[in-house]
Amino acid sequence: MPILTLVIWVPIFAGLAVLATGSDRNAGTARWLALAGALAGLLACVPLVTGFHVAASGMQFAEKALWIERYRVHYHLGIDGISLLLILLNAFTTVLVVIAGWKVIEQRVAQYMAAFLVMSGLMNGVFAARDALLFFVFFEATLIPLFLVIGVWGGPNRVYAAIKFFLYTLIGSLLMLVALLYLYNAAGGSFDLEDLYRTPLSMAAQTAVFLAFLAAFAVKVPMWPVHTWLPDAHVEAPTGGSVVLAAIALKLGGYGLLRFSLPIVPDASHALSGLVIGLSLVAVVYIGLVALVQADMKKLIAYSSIAHMGFVTLGVFLFDRLGMQGAILQMISHGFVSGALFLCVGVLYDRLHSRQIADYGGVVNRMPVFAAFFMLFAMANAGLPGTSGFVGEFMVVLAAVKVNFWVAALAATTLIFGAAYTLWMYKRVIFGAVASPAVAGLQDLEPREWLLLGLLAALTLFMGLYPAPFNAVLEAPVSELLAQAARSKLP
Amino acid sequence: MKSLCLLVVLAPLAGALLAGLLGRVVGRRGAHVATILGVLVSLIGAVLVFQQVAAGQTFNGAVYTWMVSGDLRLEVGFLIDALTATMMLVVTSVSLMVHIYTIGYMRDDPGYQRFFSYISLFTFAMLMLVMSNNFLQLFFGWEAVGLVSYLLIGFWYTRPTAIYANLKAFLVNRVGDFGFLLGIGLVLAHFGSLDYAAVFAAAPAKAGETITLWGDAPWSLITVTCILLFVGAMGKSAQFPLHVWLPDSMEGPTPISALIHAATMVTAGIFMVARMSPLFELSDTALSVVLVTGAITALFMGLLGMVQHDIKRVVAYSTLSQLGYMTVALGVSAYSVAIFHLMTHAFFKALLFLAAGSVIMGMHHDQDIRHMGGLRRWMPVTWITSLAGSLALIGTPFLSGFYSKDSIIEAVHASHLPGAGFAVFAVTAGVFITAFYSFRMYFLVFHGKERFDTAATHDHHHGHDHHGHHGGPPHESPWVVTLPLVLLAIPSLAIGFVAVGPMLHGDFLAGAIHVDARHGAMAELTEHFHGALAMGLHAFATLPFWLAAAGVALAWLLYLVKPAIPAAIAARAGVLYRLLLNKYYLDEIYAFVFAGGARALGRGLWRVGDMAIIDGALVNGSARLVGWLAGAARRVQSGLIYHYAFVMIIGVFALLTLFFVRMA
Repeated sequence: MPILTLVIWVPIFAGLAVLATGSDRNAGTARWLALAGALAGLLACVPLVTGFHVAASGMQFAEKALWIERYRVHYHLGIDGISLLLILLNAFTTVLVVIAGWKVIEQRVAQYMAAFLVMSGLMNGVFAARDALLFFVFFEATLIPLFLVIGVWGGPNRVYAAIKFFLYTLIGSLLMLVALLYLYNAAGGSFDLEDLYRTPLSMAAQTAVFLAFLAAFAVKVPMWPVHTWLPDAHVEAPTGGSVVLAAIALKLGGYGLLRFSLPIVPDASHALSGLVIGLSLVAVVYIGLVALVQADMKKLIAYSSIAHMGFVTLGVFLFDRLGMQGAILQMISHGFVSGALFLCVGVLYDRLHSRQIADYGGVVNRMPVFAAFFMLFAMANAGLPGTSGFVGEFMVVLAAVKVNFWVAALAATTLIFGAAYTLWMYKRVIFGAVASPAVAGLQDLEPREWLLLGLLAALTLFMGLYPAPFNAVLEAPVSELLAQAARSKLP
Repeated sequence: MKSLCLLVVLAPLAGALLAGLLGRVVGRRGAHVATILGVLVSLIGAVLVFQQVAAGQTFNGAVYTWMVSGDLRLEVGFLIDALTATMMLVVTSVSLMVHIYTIGYMRDDPGYQRFFSYISLFTFAMLMLVMSNNFLQLFFGWEAVGLVSYLLIGFWYTRPTAIYANLKAFLVNRVGDFGFLLGIGLVLAHFGSLDYAAVFAAAPAKAGETITLWGDAPWSLITVTCILLFVGAMGKSAQFPLHVWLPDSMEGPTPISALIHAATMVTAGIFMVARMSPLFELSDTALSVVLVTGAITALFMGLLGMVQHDIKRVVAYSTLSQLGYMTVALGVSAYSVAIFHLMTHAFFKALLFLAAGSVIMGMHHDQDIRHMGGLRRWMPVTWITSLAGSLALIGTPFLSGFYSKDSIIEAVHASHLPGAGFAVFAVTAGVFITAFYSFRMYFLVFHGKERFDTAATHDHHHGHDHHGHHGGPPHESPWVVTLPLVLLAIPSLAIGFVAVGPMLHGDFLAGAIHVDARHGAMAELTEHFHGALAMGLHAFATLPFWLAAAGVALAWLLYLVKPAIPAAIAARAGVLYRLLLNKYYLDEIYAFVFAGGARALGRGLWRVGDMAIIDGALVNGSARLVGWLAGAARRVQSGLIYHYAFVMIIGVFALLTLFFVRMA
């Protein structure tokens, strides 16, 4: 059975079906249909888990069919442990955002839900594609629904944010397309990743390709200094958009670096690793400080995302097993934690229609259950052991010590900055006496919100206390990646 | 033994989860019954473990595998030896006392169940920390106790001072953890394992290994690692200059000041260094750093205790100073003495804090010692137990504090490390200071004129509990409060006499602690030890005893006989007094330099880096550039034939020029 095809297309067709319900007169149907679609998408992933061979190297669940004969482009799918984790995260997050938008979105419900379902399928496509052109198509296509979600259901400045987001990512992607076309020729007319992995390339060519890839992926991660679209996009996006953006869309960048940069241009990756490590450390320290002074909760969490993604790029370019696994686990954990934090801000925003820290204070007096959840996620964001947020950061810092002590020391400042910006925000929003009549009128979580945060809390704790199963699926692919990255491709 | 150990740690966790998650269902009574039962089970388990360890059994094994990465196995597991068993007993017994005490102290608090949940969770985390057999779990426990400490300091979350203090405590601890994590990273990078046994076994072979940190200068691997690990201990055990969070942590309810900020959590750093003795023993430089840091803390924090007015803050500075003593002991390789002082201190300091809490309750939540006086008639049990605790603290011969503190002073005398001279002065002067501030507080609270009648009319803004003022005369606390005081007074008086022989001079801790033959302080002490009785009798002929006596006498003179003198001294020595009263202005300096600096830097980077340069100049700038170019290009298409013709002529001219230049 073509399981990966189902994983990709079930959500997309479900999305189209939701779209077919049309206007808001059928909003109820659209919601339930969307939930069914999201659950079906998650269900489609079950065979991936049950049938996955943890110890096997190489791609699993492979599918290959000719797509564009003239250019020898294939519909070629396959996943390893890295893809598996990201696909599962994506399918799960889709269910969450459908539930999260249940009551909040009242206009163009069908279109909203459809956008998320279609996006979910496309993201799965990105994580499963084994053909570079197929990857590129999915990669670019994910932009459209996200652009619409921000541009249509976003805040007052949504058009600026959406266009900034779109152009930023598009410019990077165009450079990647040029690089892919070059590689197509170099590989003798193939877009297949296996062929690209085998193609020898001169150092000059590798450097150019590396920089083109970096342009595309660095924008997605996002890395300093091409990060400024993210805070704007988050601030304007509706809660669901922020959740998907943080939990999934940013992962495309890290995933691309792992799948493209390292194995296709290994020599350039090594030669330019200092650049990426430097930018990653800037992300941790500079962005950590910037996050500290944000007055808008969403902006603060957006900046915190950038700082946390710095650990992903850092871990990848240490060329160390522990570091690379840490980077991937950091991506997964960031999916849970930042998703949860954006949901938490959403919970407050839905009630008071403000994201300004100054408008809150003493929320715990009215919303103790919410405060407890928020505390957990805040601590996870600060990298507290026992939560998922600790695992990846810990592994990356330990790996960094092996490579260079000062790199590790700068990265480890996240212990201080991460705690400072997260807990200072928490203190001003949650603790204290009731700050205003509006806060006094707050109601604690309703069952729907309870469910969302409860699921994420369980996952955050589970991964923090027992990351072994998450890392087990990464052993084989990371070994292979490191071997590929160590093999010189100079002719 | 593994299942017994699991019972010890999981019983308090179960209690915490029940009280925390089902607090509303089980009610107040259910919460305290469940958590107290959990800790009681844990204590009984700890006693059984202690018996097995005393009989010569040890345990080192994994509970579950946290993660595998290549050859690296990270596990959660237990290492049970004499050091662990001692800590388990201290933690569970003090915790049980504090649990019982809390029934009385928190009686009227709306957060009753939450409080019990937190202190049981703390007990779990602290046990995981001391029972760990590897660095990963150590770090887990380390941060987990920090989390509970954060939650408990901010327990009364509507108070601005409390939520400032808990954030400060967490962040200062994180500065320590920053070093700690890097130390763990160096251990992994150079030993390839995070397991204690493997690392300690490989350590001697690494003694000569060097790493380069800056330029080409070689640094000893062990020295750098140990100092980084010790930075973690400085945060958790509140050593100068990372001590600033501990006095502020007094914003939390008093039971946790006793449990967390006196008896157990703050001693985690001391425990950790003792646990790492096979590493620290290899570096005299690291030991010197430990020694000097401890000596500074012991002396200068004690000085601050002499001028405080808040009863809890006096005890807090006393705790800082005593933690300095323990650190000094670590520095001179007298690890067993440090652990011994940790244990005796846990009992008498928990007692003093709980007694202070009892006084606070009796005083209707007034904490200012200037408003007290003569309380011995109103609160007899609290009075007697406080006296016992204070005498133990100042090192009265035959009481527990005497054996541990005197051993520290002797050990420092026997040390030859750089900095030992200063340490000798610090710990000796510290004896006088300790005696003075302890009895200054004791006399002001329990003796002399009753000042509280007049005080009731004052509106004092010193930290007072949320219950507000009920008024009326002071009253003795209920039995749930006084029973733990009595139960803690017993070990405060007797444990030193009982334990000094086996713990310091026997081989009880020999298997858990490694002392290099080069560091002979402990061996010298043992040579001169002729039993607890002889040690106590000998004390009367030594300087520390007379210094302590002088401290008590001076306190008596200044605060009971001539109460006008202190004010006169404070007025005369204005600068010095203000320096002490303001804690050397370190809080203000830190707040300005670090907190203010980070915010200013963040604002600068955001405004200039992100908004002006990246977004302003580059992103929107390039958008404007495209717009400008497009505008310029649009003007070219004017639709006028002569414009086009002119451009064509210029084009032809240019091409011809190019052509001729090429030809030439």
